[in-house]
Amino acid sequence: MGKIPENIRYTRDHEWAALDAGAGLVTVGITQYAAEKLGDVVFVELPEVGTEVEADETYGSVESTKAVSDLFCPLAGKIEEVNDGLEDNPELVSEDPFDEGWLMKLSPRDIEDYSSLMSSEDYEAFTAGLENE
Amino acid sequence: MKRCAEATSGLLFREPLIFERSSPGREGYSVPTPTGRKRAAAIPGDYLRDSIPGMPEVAEPEVVRHFLRLSHWNFGVDVGMYPLGSCTMKYNPKVNEAVARLGGFTGIHPYMPVAWVQGALQLIYELERYLAEISGMRAVTLQPAAGAHGEFTGMAMIRKALTERGNPRTKVLIPDTAHGTNPASCRLNDYRIVQLRSTSEGVVDPEEVARRMDDETAAIMLTNPNTLGLFETHIEEIAEIVHEQGGFVFCDGANMNALLGRAKPGAMGIDVMQFNLHKTFSTPHGGGGPGSGPVGVAEVLEPYLPTPRIQATPDGFEFDSDRPLSIGRIKSFFGNFTIMVRAYAYIREMGPEGLRQASDMAVLNANYLRKRLGDSFNVAVDVPCMHEVVLDDRVLTKAGIKTMDLAKRLIDKGFHPPTVYFPLCVSGALMIEPTETESRETLDCFVDAMHEILDEARKPETVTSAPQVTGISRVDEVRAARQPVLKWSPRGAA
Repeated sequence: MGKIPENIRYTRDHEWAALDAGAGLVTVGITQYAAEKLGDVVFVELPEVGTEVEADETYGSVESTKAVSDLFCPLAGKIEEVNDGLEDNPELVSEDPFDEGWLMKLSPRDIEDYSSLMSSEDYEAFTAGLENE
Repeated sequence: MKRCAEATSGLLFREPLIFERSSPGREGYSVPTPTGRKRAAAIPGDYLRDSIPGMPEVAEPEVVRHFLRLSHWNFGVDVGMYPLGSCTMKYNPKVNEAVARLGGFTGIHPYMPVAWVQGALQLIYELERYLAEISGMRAVTLQPAAGAHGEFTGMAMIRKALTERGNPRTKVLIPDTAHGTNPASCRLNDYRIVQLRSTSEGVVDPEEVARRMDDETAAIMLTNPNTLGLFETHIEEIAEIVHEQGGFVFCDGANMNALLGRAKPGAMGIDVMQFNLHKTFSTPHGGGGPGSGPVGVAEVLEPYLPTPRIQATPDGFEFDSDRPLSIGRIKSFFGNFTIMVRAYAYIREMGPEGLRQASDMAVLNANYLRKRLGDSFNVAVDVPCMHEVVLDDRVLTKAGIKTMDLAKRLIDKGFHPPTVYFPLCVSGALMIEPTETESRETLDCFVDAMHEILDEARKPETVTSAPQVTGISRVDEVRAARQPVLKWSPRGAA
């Protein structure tokens, strides 16, 4: 696995969250690690804009040729935008998970929750631990 | 003498669609022309048509060969071992089929007067009681048309009961070792899902349940034994925690085939569970055919069972629809009746002793594979299992092949692949469920095939290009999923 972006946050469910403090929005996607484990993504199901979501609860799913996997929300908040491009090009999640393959943007209920997510070092240690289990 | 039936290549036909075989004017049937009174009673000429556009025009032998040739492409449990974990492809005894075809069962109609169908009602009534006895639940409904439909029915009853108490609540706890249909059944009942992580021992942790359980949580929905093939040892404690907060315990009973005659969910604090007749009680499975997903409930949920209920009265069996708290009808008529007949035949033929032995053998077979495969593969949680054993892909990754490669290569060896990449909490999972109906010789052949594939991985292209002896080799699953062709159009028309 290559380097992962350092200035954003991560979860144990292999999602990343990037805060745009100015806009008050957090962009969410799945990590390279998750994308590699999933294999070729063929379909992405995303929530409707305006949906209220809770931390750790499912907000959508990613389907690969192996399985359908739930997406777990890193933070509680309201969905403000979803990546419509994934409808026609779900492979973006596999090919560019940290950029073009982003999933949704939410306005967090409590911005403090963001800093309680894993740092890139913590996440790297976490995934390394999974591989050596 | 080699005991394994060795898979080899055979004569298969690349069969055009029956529509593409059509030849104008060719007929495969002859319908008598009505005469006399019959003619007068026949459909008036205005309503008759001369031709049905698009119907294939073929002769009888062409039709017979077409479908028989297509059937040769198929692999079923009557052909070979089908260790599809969690889906339980066990052999379906042929006597079930004979019983289900009895004229008294096939010749009846749901609109017949109750007095004419007493035998059918008795069978439903008794099968409900057998399932209640086997599971320790208070009452059972046979209406749901499949396991997932049973899950939906159970969650609908929970929602109704909580609504009666004043608050339907908003969430359901589901462990990561649950069946994939569980979250869907909750969503359809308007519940949000909270996922519970299993412990490194592969079971649900009561402390985690206690942390997540609150007065907005309607239920926990867990599968026991779970999809790692492990018995949820803390089930009673978990049920207590959930009940204390006014929630319900739903047990996905899909894996009941491991417990027959050994343990009763009703004694574990379970409020509602579904059965999958195809899994546990040897009715046919797959191919989109009719299923059956009976639901058993504890006393607290009995008033909410779907109507009509069948009652035994001194005058015979009757329908009872006067149940004010019922969630109502959830299936047209009474469920998939001939599937019930097969399950009834199985239970009556096996008897209590036979059913217990079936579960014992299913568990023994799974553990036999766990021990024999555990030498060279990595068992996800290597403790005594129930009906199925789950391997991860650690050994495969080192050997340079993927779970999917091994699964495809097993086809070349004459075995249907196990369930792959499920449960999701195991990396590259191979979920193997041999069932009680495989002999030790067959299990040994399967183990040999698994070991052979691991050896072959030294020249990985043999494995990565599998299957080879089949009519069609590895298909492009990514393209099939991204650009599906869902509709056939006549040549030149599209």
